[in-house]
Amino acid sequence: MTSTVTIEPQPDSVPAASPQTSKMPLWKQEGAKPFLRIENVTKKFGEFTAVDNISLDIYKNELFCLLGGSGSGKSTLLRMLAGFESPTSGRIIIDGVDMAGIQPWKRPVNMMFQSYALFPHLSVEENVAFGLKREGLDRSEVKQRVAEMLEMVQLGHLGKRKPDQLSGGQRQRVALARSLVKRPKLLLLDEPLGALDKKLREETQFELINIQEELGVTFVVVTHDQEEAMTLASRIGVMNHGVIVQTAEPHDVYEYPNSRFVAEFIGSVNLFEGRVIEDLPDSVRIDSKDAGAVLFVNHGISCAPNQKVHVALRPEKTQISKEKPEGQQNCIKGVIEETAYMGSLSVYRVRLASGMEVRVTQPNTTRDLGARLTWNDEVYLYWDEDSSVVLTS
Amino acid sequence: MKRRSLFLNTTATMGFIFLYAPMIALVVYSFNKSKLVTVWGGWSLKWYGELFRNDQIIDAALLSFKIAFISASVAVVLGTMAGFVLSRFRRFRGKMLLAGWISAPLVMPEVITGLSLLLLFVAMEGAFGWPAGRGTSTIIIAHVTFCMAYVAVIVQSRLSQLDETLEEAAMDLGAKPSSLFFLVTLPLIMPAVISGWLLSFTMSLDDLVIASFVSGPGNSTLPMVIFSKVRLGVSPEVNALATLMIAVVAIGVTAAMYQMRRQAKLLEKQG
Repeated sequence: MTSTVTIEPQPDSVPAASPQTSKMPLWKQEGAKPFLRIENVTKKFGEFTAVDNISLDIYKNELFCLLGGSGSGKSTLLRMLAGFESPTSGRIIIDGVDMAGIQPWKRPVNMMFQSYALFPHLSVEENVAFGLKREGLDRSEVKQRVAEMLEMVQLGHLGKRKPDQLSGGQRQRVALARSLVKRPKLLLLDEPLGALDKKLREETQFELINIQEELGVTFVVVTHDQEEAMTLASRIGVMNHGVIVQTAEPHDVYEYPNSRFVAEFIGSVNLFEGRVIEDLPDSVRIDSKDAGAVLFVNHGISCAPNQKVHVALRPEKTQISKEKPEGQQNCIKGVIEETAYMGSLSVYRVRLASGMEVRVTQPNTTRDLGARLTWNDEVYLYWDEDSSVVLTS
Repeated sequence: MKRRSLFLNTTATMGFIFLYAPMIALVVYSFNKSKLVTVWGGWSLKWYGELFRNDQIIDAALLSFKIAFISASVAVVLGTMAGFVLSRFRRFRGKMLLAGWISAPLVMPEVITGLSLLLLFVAMEGAFGWPAGRGTSTIIIAHVTFCMAYVAVIVQSRLSQLDETLEEAAMDLGAKPSSLFFLVTLPLIMPAVISGWLLSFTMSLDDLVIASFVSGPGNSTLPMVIFSKVRLGVSPEVNALATLMIAVVAIGVTAAMYQMRRQAKLLEKQG
């Protein structure tokens, strides 16, 4: 988004860091002070535990994504940050202040709702002005800040309209403007792009990131969409059954998942079950019945001897060819069962002798149809020893 | 358009005849010139003139409108509060009791409501001297009691359709519960509140049974005056009066219906 309006950053938004560490993200710095601290928070609804003893630190200027399926507890956690639910146990500390007993209308937090929750009886301007008027600011200041904010989300010309006269994308911007205009320390976004169509989503994603960087507000985003999380987030917390399974940067979550759940939830993955037969400090060999071969991984793992593990391999990191490759440690044989041509890439489903099905995606580097693999071709699948990840849980 | 079946047509016609034939007869006869109610003597507005010269009827009509206006206004405030409590508060002690209590006047025979209120007023007068005798104020109290039930039901159903995240959004933006109610909830349930008021107004205007129990001497409402006149024989004057009342009630009910339809449309837009 191009914006001519500059909004002054919050005075304390520049992290006080030494020159050497300033390039490093806060969460990697020793002793950095978290902006939002979630301490052993549990939320129970009757017998059901929605959020199970979560502890999490989120730092200033982060765009943190809570990613999980429905019922994973991500929305409940968000609602506790906003103050609509109170934790059964544990503490939530925002900018050094314990939020226990602080009502939603007194928190330095604003939320953008999944349904946008725009007031249907108020115009766009009145919707955005609603929060400022509650602060008791004088009219001219309210007017000026509403105008600035609407300009930033490119809706300056639609201020007099009612929400039902707007398109989905425009409503989303109004909701964003309304939640940002109070200059909250922390902005919570519940599935911010969920209701938009694909093209609009992609544009809006980048706008969100720009706005976040421009204003220096800390964002916590809840989403079930892994692509959304990957493009938006500075860090992702993957949630399942009320627990955060892994917290890491998007790249690490994808390339170094810490469990089968994370590997399968984010992107698609082939999992070969096997047993460790050689465990060296910097490499392991795993005998896998699924693969029908001994697989070699060039990183060490911590595991018991002969432990059952899974080797996770992403479809795009798997090579496929009719000829047996030379000098590959990891090579297995199979028959192509199905192919799908998707323009930029092709997807193959290969059946192994063990009966397991492996998914392979390959970029279509030539336009020559004749060279393409097809059904019932006997093929070799191979991959580099650093392409796969061993999962022990 | 698909042709409707003969059966449906017949049923609809029968229904309309049953509902409207008596009223049409009454309206037509109110323009009768003849002094005898059942004999047609040509068109005339004479009985309307007679009606407006009859002080007893005019006073009763003014009293009825005053009572209806005050009762509807008080009932709307109390009924909205009750509806709000029933739909927004989580479980509390006595919620079932309150819900039952509120819907009781809807199903209770009017004779019983009237009698029990009369007993209450008499007992209260005996105990602490208020209300002193029965009159306009006791009728208003009685009407508020049963009108409030209708308002509560209408408001509650509107609130249960309302997206609760709107109220959460208002809180999130810094609205305290009181300003939240007046700035967000009330404007959104306004159509229901208005239709509740109109319904209360017409029901209060209509009521004969309860008013007969709780009114005092010299405080006869319009339905009471009509009823007492009819007992002495139907005069064409009463026909004219009844026609005017039908007009007022019809306008009230139509306005209430219009409000409800507008509210349904508003909800559709929201969804």
